[in-house]
Amino acid sequence: MMEEKEYTVTIYTENQIGLLSQITNAFTRHSLSIWSLSAGATSLEGVHNITIVTRGPEKKVKETVQQIEKRVDVIKVFFYTADKIVYRELALYKVATDGLLECGDLEALLSRFNAKIVEMNKTFTVIQKTGHTDETALLHDALKPYKVLQFVRSGRISVSKAMQEPVFKFLRKREQEQKQINNQ
Amino acid sequence: MITGSEALWRALVAEGVDTVFGYPGGQIMPVYDSLCDFGDRIRHILVRHEQGAIHAAQGYARVKGTPGVVIVTSGPGATNVITGVADAMTDSTPVVVITGQVATAALGTDAFQEADVIGLTAPISKWNWQIRSADEVAWAVARAFYIAGTGRPGPVVLDFTRDAQVGMTDFHFEPCRFIRSYIPEPTPSELSIKQAVALLDAAERPLVVFGQGITLSHAEDRLRAFLEKGDIPAGSTLLGLSALPSDFPLYQGMIGMHGNVAPNVKTGECDVLVAIGMRFDDRVTGTVSTYARQAKVIHIDIDKSEIGKIIPVEVGIRGDAGKVLAILTERMQARKHPEWVAGFAACRAVEEEKVIGPEIRPGSGLLRMGEVVDGVSRVTEGKAVIVTDVGQNQMMAARYSRFAAGRSFLSSGGLGTMGFGLPAAIGAKIAAPARPVCLFVGDGGIQMTLQEFGTILQEQVGVKIVLLNNNWLGNVRQWQELFYGQRYSQTRMLNPDYSLIAAAYGIRYRAVERREDLAEALQELFSDDRPALLDVHVLENGNVMPMVPPGRGIDEILLSENQWYRPQ
Repeated sequence: MMEEKEYTVTIYTENQIGLLSQITNAFTRHSLSIWSLSAGATSLEGVHNITIVTRGPEKKVKETVQQIEKRVDVIKVFFYTADKIVYRELALYKVATDGLLECGDLEALLSRFNAKIVEMNKTFTVIQKTGHTDETALLHDALKPYKVLQFVRSGRISVSKAMQEPVFKFLRKREQEQKQINNQ
Repeated sequence: MITGSEALWRALVAEGVDTVFGYPGGQIMPVYDSLCDFGDRIRHILVRHEQGAIHAAQGYARVKGTPGVVIVTSGPGATNVITGVADAMTDSTPVVVITGQVATAALGTDAFQEADVIGLTAPISKWNWQIRSADEVAWAVARAFYIAGTGRPGPVVLDFTRDAQVGMTDFHFEPCRFIRSYIPEPTPSELSIKQAVALLDAAERPLVVFGQGITLSHAEDRLRAFLEKGDIPAGSTLLGLSALPSDFPLYQGMIGMHGNVAPNVKTGECDVLVAIGMRFDDRVTGTVSTYARQAKVIHIDIDKSEIGKIIPVEVGIRGDAGKVLAILTERMQARKHPEWVAGFAACRAVEEEKVIGPEIRPGSGLLRMGEVVDGVSRVTEGKAVIVTDVGQNQMMAARYSRFAAGRSFLSSGGLGTMGFGLPAAIGAKIAAPARPVCLFVGDGGIQMTLQEFGTILQEQVGVKIVLLNNNWLGNVRQWQELFYGQRYSQTRMLNPDYSLIAAAYGIRYRAVERREDLAEALQELFSDDRPALLDVHVLENGNVMPMVPPGRGIDEILLSENQWYRPQ
């Protein structure tokens, strides 16, 4: 068996209906699970970013990435191990307020986990934390004794440790190539 | 202002289309109505089933080198083309499929004859697009042809909603020449070229294996120049066949499971293996872990995702086969490898004695498939377009056909679609009316798309059908004999009277059972350009040999049911 690792796959696409299912299909076809997924617009007009966390042997992930990049409306795909990116997830915890108040030093708990309260009423309190998966899980563990009513986590978002989003360079190059073709 | 339907026809004409294959239905009627005004520019071939339309378009595209066009209705019309879309995807065939679709307001409501064509075809098409407004028609058609025909070709599906068909638009057509997210032809890196030249210059036992990429890139001459300068023997994949003429001195035949002994054995002996425009299908490699493990592999492909996918490479060159070959030929040293090249002849001699001779010159006994194929090559002097179905007929046609020119062999390779042959042959003949087109088909496969006899009747397509009739699903029967303890599960077939079927469709029919009648029957078959069916009753339990059994290395070859190839 090849060594399985966690990879963050960053996909830049044109804004087009149906692309997301083509991308997730590529994972299914290579029997890779999607551990987390987030999608949204980028700073570039018309360019979307999809970030997927998966786990598998490097060769299989690479093949999947290449198959995705082959799709006509996919601009560029990168995949990274965790040490090559800065990444975060957002977690929200809904906790029974009366339970939470019993914990004694709520402030110390929140500051220890670098979390904050975003909503509080008589029945429940919503706590927000950003961090890595294991960190948000630890806070969940810490809150468990106080009755966690709901716990949700977002998909991962990440930036590479390179100076610039590599897709910028690619798109600039393509712009020049388009000019050349138009001049022909 | 014109309708979206008229815009479709105008856009197709602008793309140079003069032939389409299709079948009308409810949700494509506006397009068919508009076709009445394009009768002078468009020939519409009315098939008998939508699967026939797409296989015919595939055959057309592969002979002509430009995208084949299919027009069908929504729902079942669209789902009936899906096998062909998948086939075209696997075999890199440029086709543009236009499917009718319900009105946009009815999308997602389970309307009559509504199917999620975009969802269904996304994983098996190179690109697909739902046209929701007449204004999108020209853009979508231009983009479809650009994507289908460039880079590694493939099928594109345009799902044409009814309101877009009847809506009005100002027509303006501009061909597509650029899509920023799509790089059809990567530029080969200087480093990869340098490394490849160094490997080639140092090679003592080089071997080339090439695929359809040579044909798709129109690189037949460049391949020959490359092989001649480097004195490199070459083997072809199934889909690469006819890219080199059969009598080219360095050509060593087909590679793979039922390929020729020499190139398969030498794959395990070469020191540098140059793979060009092929994708190391498992039918080519046998056991992957032992495939060419002693060799340094150079892989040239326009689709970078193919490089390293199956076989680890020393050098991967991304780019168009013809352009890369021209650069390599220019830069590499002229070489001679007389001993290495001569070694192929020894393998060939064994195969000739043990397999080829007994198959094409059996002398006695019942007729064999190989001698029929050999006879066709003899009569047509290798100038026919050979089309095959899938199974023993396909392997025998591939093994024993001889080719004088390129684009002369059509077969469903990657998907292995039975029923492909008959409609593909129709498309091929329509694309190349001046060439003889010969279909080799089994009694199983012909019945899968037999309805296309109707298309032959209506269009008088002069296809020559050679039915290799053994009353079995022969390829599965062969596997059952060799690997399933001779338990023949559901492979025996009771055949209809093909003379009556042929007569019903006005197709000339002749049956051959005796060897002494074969040559004359083949002469007669190719004596004119009329549709004809030659029903050849061949040995029922014939097997395709040589064979690399599943799970074996590509150089572990059975010459007969109980005899392995041994180096001399």
